[in-house]
Amino acid sequence: MKTENPTTKTFTLKDRLCAKAKPGQFLMLWIPRVDEIPLSIMNAEDKQVSVTVKAVGEATKTLHKLKSGEIVGLRGPFGNSFTENHGRILMVGGGTGTAPLLFLAKKLSAKAKRLALVMGAKTKSELLFLTQLDALCTEQNTIAATEDGSYGLKCLATEPIEKLLNKEKFDMVYACGPEPMIRQVFDLAEKRGIAMEASLERLMRCGIGLCGSCVIGKYRVCKDGPVFNAAQLSEVKDELGISKLGFDGNRIPL
Amino acid sequence: MNSNPLNIRLAGLQLRNPTALASGILGYSTLSLQNIAESGAGAVVTKSIGLTPRIGYPNPTVVQAKCGLINAMGLPNPGIDKYVHEIRHAKTVLTVPLIVSVYGFSAEEYALTAQKAAEAGADAVELNVSCPHVKETGSEIGQNPQTLAKVVKKVKAAVHKPVIVKLSPNVTDIIELAKAAVEAGADALTAINTIRAMAIDVETAQPILSNKRGGLSGPALKPIALRCVYDLYEKVKTPIIGCGGITDWRDAVEFLLAGASAIQIGTAIALQDPAVFNVINRGINAYLKRKKLGSVKDIVGLSHRN
Repeated sequence: MKTENPTTKTFTLKDRLCAKAKPGQFLMLWIPRVDEIPLSIMNAEDKQVSVTVKAVGEATKTLHKLKSGEIVGLRGPFGNSFTENHGRILMVGGGTGTAPLLFLAKKLSAKAKRLALVMGAKTKSELLFLTQLDALCTEQNTIAATEDGSYGLKCLATEPIEKLLNKEKFDMVYACGPEPMIRQVFDLAEKRGIAMEASLERLMRCGIGLCGSCVIGKYRVCKDGPVFNAAQLSEVKDELGISKLGFDGNRIPL
Repeated sequence: MNSNPLNIRLAGLQLRNPTALASGILGYSTLSLQNIAESGAGAVVTKSIGLTPRIGYPNPTVVQAKCGLINAMGLPNPGIDKYVHEIRHAKTVLTVPLIVSVYGFSAEEYALTAQKAAEAGADAVELNVSCPHVKETGSEIGQNPQTLAKVVKKVKAAVHKPVIVKLSPNVTDIIELAKAAVEAGADALTAINTIRAMAIDVETAQPILSNKRGGLSGPALKPIALRCVYDLYEKVKTPIIGCGGITDWRDAVEFLLAGASAIQIGTAIALQDPAVFNVINRGINAYLKRKKLGSVKDIVGLSHRN
């Protein structure tokens, strides 16, 4: 258990199956008699798996209160993973969405021609894994943006992204974070015809493609995703960054 | 003049093949239903819709068993007044029959929900009188012949579309309930819904599902569902839709031979892929060719011949 900032902790759990996860995949974490929630995987090695969790709801708050050695249930790993592109790469992360990108960056940093990262957050303490990611990226290529200007640029992450995309050519954009941010990055990448993969999040129940809770367009985020490429993102434009299904199946704004 | 050998008519519905999406799987949104239809389903059944919205149970709502899945979703649904918009939208897109699954906490609720679904364009309604994990609806209706008959009669009086009754296996004698439904006017029977089941985590010594008890679906059900269909075919004249653990063409053909005019597929979509519909249809087609039979109708109930 490691505290990342006042509201976010990283939990490392023993699970042989989840320890085989690839970057982009997720697991279902069960807190007995409380809830079971989907979490994207931050690291997987040596029969262990790590997830980075912000305390926002009942389940995540309960999880934060657990002590080391207590038992929780894990199912997974589920879903697809990011493809491994070894060309010129731009990663875009926001909030805890940075966690799977750190996992991916570890796999790519030695092989990619270039690895740049733009990270956005409301404030400095929410910029997760900045040091680790900075070390994995090629020199001078980690750009941080905070809405309150407490660290890095005082703007939304999309501003430096647009500048970067105008300046140089990338082979792939990987994005994970708040969906409105993903949508803006998608629009920027699509306009320039750049390949992109984004990891999406929806209310999830079964995690295995059955219940229909997490659908976006014709896709099930848990089974067809959570990573979607530019062509797929284009197919779900009516919903991307706009709406999701609530627990009663009603469409609600994001 | 070679007509499609997989065509089948069931309770007034014209199906391009005998496979349908079972209720509860995907089935909220038009795009999900359309995706299933494009994967080869001959008809689609929506998730169960009630009079008012329900958020269902907290997670875990699904747990994997060795030979299937146990679920207790708790009938999450947006309520029929919102869902009519989805039904209308789906009808402009779908080229296969749209069957709306309906539940209620009284005969009146079933009838009103079914009526609204039918008026919005549903090609048929399927009455969920067999959900095993929500109190005062589902199987609590479908386990009592008098209550079941009352619900079916009310719905029949309220809608002019085919009314399908989905039976529960959690009864002593499924025939008694089937007869009650048929005498009350059911146009077809779906057999079967899930079997009451549960799972316990040994590390925490806790039931896994938040509702503790749920319903088992998947391959474990197949021999049981098949026996139900076989028994029903002997005792009632109403068309039967077989459902329970069908994962490949051989399973599907077994149900047809037992007496089902069509089959529904649910859990196999999760264990395999939506493409399971096309795969099964190709398999049925090949079987018909190999047996030199012109139509799937020729094998419905064939195992009952001496």
